[in-house]
Parts: sequence; C-alpha cells; structure tokens
Amino acid sequence: MSVIAFDKALERFEPVLGLETHVELGTASKMFCGCATGFGAEPNTQVCPTCLAFPGSLPVANEAAIEATIRIGLALNCSIAEWCRFARKNYFYPDMPKNYQISQYDEPLCFDGYLDVEVGGQTYRVEIERVHLEEDTGKSTHVGGATGRIHGADYSIVDYNRAGIPLVEIVTKPITGTGAMAPEVARAYGVELREIMRSLGVSDVRMDQGSMRFDVNVSLNEPGAPWGTRTETKNVNSFRSVERSVRGEIERQAFLLTSGEKIIQETRHFHEDTGTTTSGRSKEEAQDYRYFPDPDLVPIAPDPTWVATLRDTLPELPSVKRKRLQSEWSVSDHDMESMYNAGAIDLVEATIAAGAPAADARKWWMGELARRANESGTALADLPITPGDVARVSELVASGSLNDKLARAALEGILAGEGSADEVIAKRGLQIADEGELLAIIDQVLADNTDAAEKVRSGKVAAVGALVGAVMKASRGKADAGRAREIILEKLS
Amino acid sequence: MSLIHKTAAELGALVASGEVSAVEVATAHLDRIEATEPKLHAFLHVDREVTLSQAREVDSRIASGEQLGPLAGVPIAHKDIFATRDMPTTAASKILEGWRPPYDATVTARLRAAGLVILGKTNLDEFAMGSSTENSAYGVTRNPWDLSRIPGGSSGGSSAAVSGYQAPLSTGTDTGGSIRQPAAVTGIVGMKPTYGGSSRYGLIAFASSLDTPGPFARNVHDAALLHEAFSGYDPMDSTSIDAPVPSVVAAAQAGDISGMRVGIVREFAGDGYQPGVIARFNDAVKMLESLGAEIVEVSCPSFDTALPAYYLIAPSECSSNLARFDAMRYGLRVGDDGTHSAEEVMALTRAAGFGPEVKRRIMLGTYALSSGYYDAYYGQAQKVRTLIARDFEAAFGQVDVLISPTTPTTAFPIGERADDPMAMYLADLCTIPSNLAGNAAISIPCGLADEDNLPVGLQIMAPVLGDDRCYRVGAVLEKAFEARWGGPLLKEAPAL
Ligand SMILES: [Zn+2]
Repeated sequence: MSVIAFDKALERFEPVLGLETHVELGTASKMFCGCATGFGAEPNTQVCPTCLAFPGSLPVANEAAIEATIRIGLALNCSIAEWCRFARKNYFYPDMPKNYQISQYDEPLCFDGYLDVEVGGQTYRVEIERVHLEEDTGKSTHVGGATGRIHGADYSIVDYNRAGIPLVEIVTKPITGTGAMAPEVARAYGVELREIMRSLGVSDVRMDQGSMRFDVNVSLNEPGAPWGTRTETKNVNSFRSVERSVRGEIERQAFLLTSGEKIIQETRHFHEDTGTTTSGRSKEEAQDYRYFPDPDLVPIAPDPTWVATLRDTLPELPSVKRKRLQSEWSVSDHDMESMYNAGAIDLVEATIAAGAPAADARKWWMGELARRANESGTALADLPITPGDVARVSELVASGSLNDKLARAALEGILAGEGSADEVIAKRGLQIADEGELLAIIDQVLADNTDAAEKVRSGKVAAVGALVGAVMKASRGKADAGRAREIILEKLS
Repeated sequence: MSLIHKTAAELGALVASGEVSAVEVATAHLDRIEATEPKLHAFLHVDREVTLSQAREVDSRIASGEQLGPLAGVPIAHKDIFATRDMPTTAASKILEGWRPPYDATVTARLRAAGLVILGKTNLDEFAMGSSTENSAYGVTRNPWDLSRIPGGSSGGSSAAVSGYQAPLSTGTDTGGSIRQPAAVTGIVGMKPTYGGSSRYGLIAFASSLDTPGPFARNVHDAALLHEAFSGYDPMDSTSIDAPVPSVVAAAQAGDISGMRVGIVREFAGDGYQPGVIARFNDAVKMLESLGAEIVEVSCPSFDTALPAYYLIAPSECSSNLARFDAMRYGLRVGDDGTHSAEEVMALTRAAGFGPEVKRRIMLGTYALSSGYYDAYYGQAQKVRTLIARDFEAAFGQVDVLISPTTPTTAFPIGERADDPMAMYLADLCTIPSNLAGNAAISIPCGLADEDNLPVGLQIMAPVLGDDRCYRVGAVLEKAFEARWGGPLLKEAPAL
C-alpha cells in the first residue's frame, strides 16, 4: 500500500481523531441476567434462558453496572442523565442471541465530559461525547478455511459465555489540534482511560482478554478547510496499536488526498503484523440498525442524591494522584513520566506504604525490576514480586544486612519463586560478611596485593578501589564494600 | 350437576373439603376434552398422564396438610404462549414445533404452586397475531356456539375451552384485545389486567409494551380468583409493577355500584357496529342505570387514531422480538445440510417457519422502524399513544369506569375475513385503546344479538391499577343479567 511519510503528511494536513472505547465491566453477574462473568470458563457454561434469548425470557438491568457506568461518567467529568432508556440495536448475527443488542441510542447515561491527557509536557483536553451501557455479544469461532473469517469456513461454533456481559462504550468528540502528536495523544488517552478504570475498580481492563478495546476514527483536512471524510478502524486491541493505527491511517489518507483521490467513509481492519489497515465495510453497505427504545426495560432515572453520593465517593483520580505523589516524592516531571509509562506508580506507592523510603522504592522498581521485566517481556505489575518483598529488601539494605549485590540476588530469588525475601536470603545464604570474617579477608587481600597497599600508604587513595574490589571478590560479594574501604584505609594510614 | 359444569370456586371448595379429588376433577375434564376436541380443536397439546400426575401431586399436598389457595385442584388450560416445563410450547408456530422450554413462565409457575392442574396448551393465532385463531399453524379452533364460526383470537383456544366446558379456567394474553374479544364472542368473562400487573416472564413476546397475561372464566368471581392467583410483582419482569395487587376477589363480591359514575365513550359508535351488538349494549346501559349508576357521556377524540397507532407499534416490536427465532439455539432448522451459510439457514428457517400474518407484521414493523421512517411511523404512533393515555386520564377524571361493546360484531364465520387483514383488524377497534394506555379492562357477556343469537360482550374499562372496579361493576351486572336470563348466558349455547 502506498503511503506518504508521516512528517510530510503533517506538513500538509491536520488530523481529526475520534475514539470509541469498549470496556467490559467487572460486575459479578451479566448485564441483564444473573449469569457469572468470569473469563476463560468452559464454553456455554455461563448461560441461562435470558442470555441465550430463549422464548419468553426477559432482561432485568444490573444495578451494579449502572452504578459503575455513572462512576465512569463522573470520573470523566460528564453530566449524568436524569432519565434515559435502553434501546435495541437490531441486526442478525449468529453470536448475538436475540439478534438485537440492548444498547443505548440517543439517550446515553452520561454525556458531555472531558479527559485531560499529557503528552510531552503539554496538556490536551479530549472532550467526551457520551458514555453509555450495553451488552457484549457471544464469541464465534470459524473452523476451517484460510482466513479464520466466517466466509470460507467449514463451520462455526459459538460460545455465549460472553453474551450479555456489561459493556461500557466511551465516545470522544472529534479531537482536533493535535497535529503531529495525534498518535501519541490517542495512545495517552487510552492509557489514561485505563488508569481511570483501574482506580475506579470497575474493570480489569485486560486488553489481551478483550476487556478493553478501541475503535479509532481518523480524517485529514488542509488547514482552514472543512474536516475530511473519516474512516473507522475497528477492534484495535493494544495501546501500541492505537498509536500505530492512527499513524498508518494518516499516512494512507495523505497519500490518497495528495494523489487527488477521495477517502471512502468505511470501517477498516487493523493488522498487528504490518501496522496497516485494510478496507472493511463501506457506508453504502452500512446496516440500518432500526434503533428503538427497548420495551422490556423500564427507563433509568438515577436518584440525584445517589449520583451526588457517587460523585463524593469517587477515588482520587490518577492524574490528581500523580501530581500529589510527585510532590510528595520530590521527583522531576521526567522521572514521574517514566514511572507512569512503566506502570510503576502504584507499585512504588505500595512499596513506600510497606515501609521503604521513596527514593529506594523508586530505585528498585525503575532499576533492577524494570530491567528484569523488560528482559522477560512482562509488565512490571505482572512480575511475581510484591511491594512488600521490595520494601523488605530495601529495609535489609538500609540496616546493613544486605549490600547492593546481595539485594539483587534476593530479588532474583523472589522472582524465581523461591519464596519471600527472608526465605530466599536464608536459602541462598545471602548474608553480609561479619567483622571478623571481613578482617581476615582484608588481611589476606593486603598480603596478596602489596603493590596496591603501598600506593595507598603513600597517599594515592584512589588505589583503594582495587583493594575493595579484591575484598568483594574474595568474599563472593558478601562483604560490605563501604566498611571494607574504611578498614583498609585505617590499616594503611 | 357434573363436575365440568361447576364453577372454579365450587371445584376448589369440593377438593379442599375432600369431597372429590383433584384427580377426579381432572379426569372429568380430560374426558370432556377427549369427547369434544374433534369438534372444537381448542387444544394443541393434551397429555393425560402429565395432567393426572400433577393432580395426584396436588391431592397429596392437600392430604399432607399444605395450605393451598382457593383454586387448588382446579384444572386450567394455558394458552400455548406461556412456557410450561412439562409440556411443549409452540406459540402455534411451525418454528417452535415440539419445543419444550426448560422453565415455567411466572404465570404458570405461580398457578402450579397454587395447586392448579394443567389440562393442556390451547390454540392461538401464531405468536398471538390475529383475532380468530385462523392464523394458527395447527388448524383453526371453532366457536362452541356455532362450529362454523371463529372463537375469537388470538386466545381463541382458551376461550373455546372454557366456553365449551373443557376447562373451568384458562389463561390468555391480551395485546390488542386477544382476551376480551374471544371472551365476548364465546359468551364468557375475559380480563386484561393493568399492564405490568401480571408478569410477562416466560410469555413468548409479541409486542412487549402491550402484552398482558389475563384470565378467562365462565363468571366474574372465578376470573377474579384466577387473576389474584397469578398476579403481582415479579422481579424477573422489569416492567411489572411493584405494588399490591388490587383486591379483585373482594371487589367481585362487593355487590353494589350505586352512585358509581359510568362513562360511555362517544367515539365507540357508528358504522361497522352490528345492530344486535348496539341493542345489547344499550340494554346494559339501562341495567346499570337501574342498579344506581350514573351514566355520563365522555369524549375520547384520540381513540379514532388508536388502530393505526397499534398497527405500527405492535408490528415494530414484533419485528424485533421475533428476530431470535433464527435456528441457532432451538426450534426449527432448515437448510442445515452443509451447503448453506449460517445467514442462509436463518433465512430459510424463517421463510419456512413463520406463517403469512407473522411475516406481514415483521415486514410492516421492519419498515416502520427503518431509518428515515422511524419518526413518521413509530415515533408518531408513540405520540398517539400518549394522547390516548391523556384521553383516558381526562375521562377517568369524570367517571369511575368506561363502558363500550367489546367488539363491533359477534363471532364471524371462519374464512370470512381471512383474506382481508383490514377487516380482521377492525375486530379490535374497541379493545386496543386500553392496550395502548395500559389500563385495566374486562369483557363480560351481556346477551345474544337478535339477528344471529350469538353472544355479545360488554367491555368495562378502569384506570391503571383500578382492576378491582372492572370486577365490581362486572359482578353486579352479571348478577342482574343472570336474574333476567334465568341463569348464565352459556346455558343458551347448543350442546356439543
Ligand atoms: Zn444468563
């Protein structure tokens, strides 16, 4: 596919973005029935007459899901509808049991909000058009055929466990004025949204399990000209892909426009492997969903005092919390951003809460542990180590029981599943050498390194480094390097 | 008197006192069904063994001292649109032929718990779409008064079963008149409760905002007993009303309507009303006056637009409600031979499984909801609905109840309107406004039309949650009419 280099594209065009985000709520039961919602259960074991759309079954709205949606709306600075309804979105598809999806149409539960995101030290305000509540569909698997799509498959099987899981859709207004930062802004918006979901505790926001997914809208226009025709890239399932799909679509559209071609309003599929999109359904083929208010469900009319209570009991939002922590920890903007991008803030905070000094907590998570996470390709939060473990190691270093090297060995043992910090230390014998041991080692080292000893004695203090190194080597890392230095200097003074 | 001619209240008392067993009562009715079904075809499903085992269970519950309600041991026939876990449930459609639900509807579950014994599942217009049972995929039901005529619809099997002494009680559903109209044309009592007063859970949906389960009986008191037994809040139906059920049984026994204000709707008159229907209606008005009621004429101008509004709203909802019949999870499956895609199997199944009237309404509804037409059709119909509710509100500001003929004509001959949907739709002219407004309405017998000697129904309408008023007025009128007729109207019906 032909594209124009991103920088060139941005010289001529201004992008307009729009993001639709689906978040599966972590409620114990489904949106309109009592079925469980756990991920990974045997297919079709979390189903009932209602979520299988058996004749005569009826939906009853899940209050916990309504509450979670209102809290999301409040966290995104939205107004909450005083009265709104569920609507039916009608279309036939085998993984949708009723052949309509219960959603919301022109009466969303939350509307007119915003979310500020920071990119490269600059704040971008993303306006939120609506936050509404709907139900997820089942999951089809197409067996046989080359593409894994329904066409060409030998047969299809459907798992309805996911059918009816509450899904919140968050739709932005068109995002303008981001210029070359458009891909980063899109990504930062997604990341910040995930942080908010986590802080609210409404979803596990596992992108790998599809509990958070994005549709990305992009159009280009020349400066001063009306907005261009937009395309919608469906089901973008990682933050990196959000960024890449925006970038790729800007490059593709720029090429078409500079070649005098028109952009077709269509949905597009994102391909993880190439970072490009291919054409899906065009608007001419678009479905007529025949929305109408669902007569099986009574309108939602949240009690204003209840909404006020929800507003008052919102947790501290991630951006506010980051500002507070930054000042408490006295770290630079840059260090804070690094921690944010590494997903380390909550971990550092918890480690401090477990007793570690801020600087040490940050040092371990952003140093040794970040390196190990990077090596193993896991997220920091997914490392098999708790903030409590890290705090304990930090404490042992502070008290002089461990030196830096032993501390790293302890962390390695914990990550390897050998037990708690103390268990690993005991098992591996990670104990700093005691004074007697240390003196003996030093005497031996001084005897073996008379040249270096003589240099120090004659005033070349820098030569002490080689002697300390020799002590560390002889003690197999168990010596306290600082103490060894002190003793050596004393002996050679 | 034989068991089949007794009232439900009498049967309940006999069983409670131990004079007869639930098994004996069920057996008498099963025998009657066996003898008369070749003529009526009121039932789609009867299973003597299942029924008798239910009856035996009720007998043993009573023997063990369990306190059941006044209808314990009384048999009942359910419209085959209520899910029953021990009998097939088809909505009279080929698309659900032989389908056995794994659950009971709330109505059937509550009646089971109250000790009623299910005789079987009754015929209806497919998915309750019709006014004659001619739209059933399994053949037409015949009116016990005249076997060449329709028993009304869509709950025609339920009305014929009660009118033909096959069952003392039956259930129906009323979406546009589907209980009241069949009750009227078969000379029995049929009640549409306030919308939300009786649960829709397990009732196969036609038009969700209109569908209302209700009782059929041969007298007002029996209808009230049944009404009270299955009504009330159901957490499984979000549209059910969380309020006490109006005391309909007490109202049916109140026995006095003096001083009540009764309204006659000016708009329910004119062409299309059979003279014999008008004559019996006027008799009822005079009777009410003689019983001490004050008659007031009221105007409900929006009622003229009720029929078109109904024929946009009901098909719109049905087009969506019936989308689930797609061959994927239950019911008929056509074309699953490895050569068709899932979408093709859906289309082939729906083409083969739905009858012409169902298809007509799905198409009407799909069109009315489609983008660009929604505001003009569905949106406009909803506005009409609001106007009709306001008309009712204004009328009930002046009067306690409203009355009208239940249907413009008596039972029409089978086949007469089968090819003329518009003529068929007119059968529901007087009943539809109460569905659109959600208020309570009952039909009781008020005599025979002079020209054809067929039963005429009187409709008594009450405000939302004023169901007790329907029973109060209905019971008093019934008593006065029966005194005049020398017994129930049904004794005029020919023997089967
Ligand atoms: Zn379920």
